[in-house]
Amino acid sequence: MNYVVQRLLTFPLILLGVSVLVFISIRLVPGDAITAMLGTEAGLLTPAQRAALAAYFGIDQPVWAQYLRWLTGLFQGDLGISSIYGKPVLTVILERFPLTLQLALMSMVIALSIGVPLGVFAATRNEKPSDLVVRILAMLGQSTPSFVIGVLIIYVLSVFFGVVPAMGTFTPLTVDPLASIGQLIFPAVTLGFAFAASVTRISRSAMLDVLSDDYIRTARSKGASQRSVVWRHALPNALIPVVTLSGVEFGYLLGGAVIVEQIFALPGLGRLVLDAITQRDYALVQGTVLFIAFNFLLVNLLVDLAYVALDPRIRIGGR
Amino acid sequence: MTPLLSVRDLRVGFGRNPAANEVVKGVSFDLAPGETLAIVGESGSGKSVTALSVNRLVDFGGGRITNGSILLQRSDGSTLDVAKADEKVLRTIRGRDVGMIFQEPMTSLNPVHTVGAQIEEAFRLNRGLHGADAERAALEVLERVRIPDAKSRLAYYPHQLSGGMRQRVMIAMALASSPRLLIADEPTTALDVTVQAQIMALLAELRAETGMSMIFITHDIGLVAGIADRIMVMQHGLAVEQNTTDAVLDNPQHDYTKHLLNAVPHFTSGKAVRADGERAATSEPIIKVDDLVVRFPVKKGLFKPKGAIHAVDGVSFDLMPGETLAIVGESGSGKSTTARAILGLVEKHRGAIAAKAGRSRRPIQMVFQDPFASLNPRLNVEALMAEPAIANGQKLDDALRDRMRFLLDRVGLPADVLNRYPHQFSGGQRQRLCIARVLMLNPDVVVLDEAVSALDVSVQARVLDLLVDLQREFSLAYLFISHDMAVVERIAHRIAVMYAGQIVEIGEARSVLADPQHSYTRRLISAVPAVERRRQHFAVDATQVPSLVRPAGYEPPPANWREAGRDHRVRIEETK
Repeated sequence: MNYVVQRLLTFPLILLGVSVLVFISIRLVPGDAITAMLGTEAGLLTPAQRAALAAYFGIDQPVWAQYLRWLTGLFQGDLGISSIYGKPVLTVILERFPLTLQLALMSMVIALSIGVPLGVFAATRNEKPSDLVVRILAMLGQSTPSFVIGVLIIYVLSVFFGVVPAMGTFTPLTVDPLASIGQLIFPAVTLGFAFAASVTRISRSAMLDVLSDDYIRTARSKGASQRSVVWRHALPNALIPVVTLSGVEFGYLLGGAVIVEQIFALPGLGRLVLDAITQRDYALVQGTVLFIAFNFLLVNLLVDLAYVALDPRIRIGGR
Repeated sequence: MTPLLSVRDLRVGFGRNPAANEVVKGVSFDLAPGETLAIVGESGSGKSVTALSVNRLVDFGGGRITNGSILLQRSDGSTLDVAKADEKVLRTIRGRDVGMIFQEPMTSLNPVHTVGAQIEEAFRLNRGLHGADAERAALEVLERVRIPDAKSRLAYYPHQLSGGMRQRVMIAMALASSPRLLIADEPTTALDVTVQAQIMALLAELRAETGMSMIFITHDIGLVAGIADRIMVMQHGLAVEQNTTDAVLDNPQHDYTKHLLNAVPHFTSGKAVRADGERAATSEPIIKVDDLVVRFPVKKGLFKPKGAIHAVDGVSFDLMPGETLAIVGESGSGKSTTARAILGLVEKHRGAIAAKAGRSRRPIQMVFQDPFASLNPRLNVEALMAEPAIANGQKLDDALRDRMRFLLDRVGLPADVLNRYPHQFSGGQRQRLCIARVLMLNPDVVVLDEAVSALDVSVQARVLDLLVDLQREFSLAYLFISHDMAVVERIAHRIAVMYAGQIVEIGEARSVLADPQHSYTRRLISAVPAVERRRQHFAVDATQVPSLVRPAGYEPPPANWREAGRDHRVRIEETK
């Protein structure tokens, strides 16, 4: 448990570093918030009006002073006001987050439930035709861009089945679970496809390694069946790289999936960040990036805890 | 009596074309019930493949039986030709009729399941026992292999047990179904010599208790002398000689058997020590180590007090020019740490290491155990040998290349190997290369850390001869770290025995080996397998090495010594 506490203590430091980087980098991008907000009409403002607006958003002060003010707000649970939506940043993020979280979870479930069995299967058929087929499929899955798969799915659904996936507003899981899952299933398949391909490849190579280990031979010498050797003796030892990969991928997905959200017209975190950047919504960019970074750290911590659960050598120290 | 196992003209091949890549080329033998057959040979002789064919585990390593029959008497009285049986039938003989234990106890147990679960699985698979019955059976069998405190060990994971304990667990698992045949594939090679003696004694007792047959695979003919009824010697996939143990040992027929018995180092209690290198009392030591202490701190969490592993605790010795001092001991005794401290590879906690200014800027050089891991696979011989010289400010010029060719010639490698890469050499050749490399800087002292332990026994003998020749030619002093008493006997002028971080006995080689004084030295020497001691009976001894983790601030009591001879000192043991 010491370890978890230590990790938690490093969280604020990392987040602080992330916030400084974001704060500076977004201000290095040419153009300013007022022009981005008002477009060509910004040219009509008198210098006095422009100064008043800048003072209203607090962007007339030096960067360090802006940062301190933002940081003070942060400690009070205030991430600032989004200039696009005119609402508190946290509220905007929390409106978008359930969709992104649900999409990420569904993609991961799809990826693991296809990828792990397929990888295990391929490993036990090493170098046989069925292994080759799986490997080609995995290669295809990894190298096909998600927009191709997404567009293909929409095309097949609408042309052959006359179904159009529900777009626009998102039905939360709490309101109507079936409709909610139904709405996200195709985007989840789109994202899960490449994810499953990576899981397949890593499960296959991890299983191949483990299957040549000495304790597998021991299990066979006891008369264990192939099924028991694969699922009971080999798989638990091969899961660590799978968990590592899944954690990283899941962390990325929690940051939103811009392209898939765009194709299926979903209001997720990815498009929110994109909008915030293009429209110079400083407060919103800072808030979302910090939120995403926090999620990433949390997922990484969960991955480490999963290692502890999977491997007694980590759980119970060596002699 | 019908044999339990009858193997006829067995041929096993590997790869896409097994018939063309045969590793076992027509081996035949019989094994009577209750009999123990030892298969002796060096790596690549096909001894393991032969044994793995008996339960067809060889299939999972990519092997195919291309010819021959393996007739096995099953417990129900029927006879099965293992060579032609299908996987489903084979599964019923594995574990049930044929049990097996392997070389590497460290990797042969599944790290994610408890010891208890793994033993219980064997009972479930072969005896149909479940739940509490399986647990009770597992406990019983653990007690049969003499594991102390067996009940609590059931909940342990393999990494919490020592190598010897793990091998006992392996044996317990193999015994779970009372197999009529136990195959032991180098079961003690990875273990310390005193632990090896424990395991061998245990196997002998279990064999007497159960009446099972055994196939015992080993490279060490001395080891099986005491346990085997028959010996089969294998070389290049053929059985070159097989007969009763006494016949093979006392009257070997084949040249290779004679070679294994005579050329290979066998321990002879000090009769084979070197006659050269009489210690001159006047000369000045080239290395003088005084009260060397190396400790590795142990953290026990955030607030709990820290302790330390006392890896080396107050070691003193000196090494004269041109002399070999062997440091012997088992794993964890601190012998390698001592060597590393002398080279400055680990930080010493206390003590003085004085090296006399030598012939070069780097008077001490080191050869490591694993010749495969200590040569960078991407560098050719020229680059490998130039490296120490370049690191010390020399240029890669013709003079340096001349020195390389000169040294390669001295270690018995042709001079045209400079453009070759490490993978093009055998293990023995690589170790010769490593030795040539350390000589590049013209050192006074070479530290050899288990330098011949990874080599095949007959290669070992030749490398040892080479080391003796080089020592004379270049007047080198060797600090020879080894666990192998037979090897040490061949090369050492003096021997220091280390136990639990301390030297317990030091002195002239013949005196230490022929007349050991300290109780640990005696135990160590009596555990060394020897052909000539094969009729001696060894009792199961379960002594464990004490923990070296000490609380913070602990200092060992000062050592008291007594003289046991002209150059032979023994640490006085505390009487309990």
